Amino acid sequence: MAISGRNAIHSLLFLILSLLSVSVIFYLLDAPFIAALEVIIYAGAIMVLFIFVTMMLNIGMEGRTEKKWLRPRMWIIPSLLAAVLLADFILAITYIPGSPPVDQAILPKQVGISLFSTYLLAVEIAAILLMAGVIGAYHLGSQKKKITHRFLIKN
Amino acid sequence: MLTVPVEIQIMLAGILFLLGLIGLLVRRNMIFMLMSIEVMFNSAGMVFVIAGNHWRQPDGQVMFIFILAVTAVEVAIALALILQVYHHFKTLDADSVNKLRDHN
Repeated sequence: MAISGRNAIHSLLFLILSLLSVSVIFYLLDAPFIAALEVIIYAGAIMVLFIFVTMMLNIGMEGRTEKKWLRPRMWIIPSLLAAVLLADFILAITYIPGSPPVDQAILPKQVGISLFSTYLLAVEIAAILLMAGVIGAYHLGSQKKKITHRFLIKN
Repeated sequence: MLTVPVEIQIMLAGILFLLGLIGLLVRRNMIFMLMSIEVMFNSAGMVFVIAGNHWRQPDGQVMFIFILAVTAVEVAIALALILQVYHHFKTLDADSVNKLRDHN
């Protein structure tokens, strides 16, 4: 549904749902650190970027959707999804005291030790990449008329 | 904690990758294409984490952190490019941005 929706905002919200489910899968795979990172960075930071640009470009049909929101029929599917999430949550809460602690999980400590000993060079390369990304985004995002990319100038 | 066989997990990641690929090929809106690329990145990272979990090594999760960094940079640059394209063409349709194509 994240890729088949008509409205950009709706499919972005479905994409957030997909990311959250991927995060739960990571948690089930004994990787709680990666699950937390997935929620924080993907669903937090990257989705904020997407939604910001989508709002800025004014895609979506705000005028019509606001009228549609007032009808109660629009609330059926979201409330069903929310009810499923709530049932899951209650099930998880009631299930946790009976479940034994994780036995063989790869802890964040091991990940950190491996990250900063074996893959130290890769960390530095990733830092350089992030720096280049910041500079490139600043250059491309600047609104001056003079600094437009030459391939995009209209003939 | 989870006793699903590895083949099923890899299959799940493959299905996710396939969904992203279908979205990338079908949709023509640039933001939707970028979202499909995100889904594909997710499935690739999921394969890394599955493999790291299978052999009980932290390397898979380290690789997922690198994929996360690459994805963040890619999204920032691509959204800046989308803003530029929208300011110049007033559309987000990927088929209408074909100035580099030779019209013969």
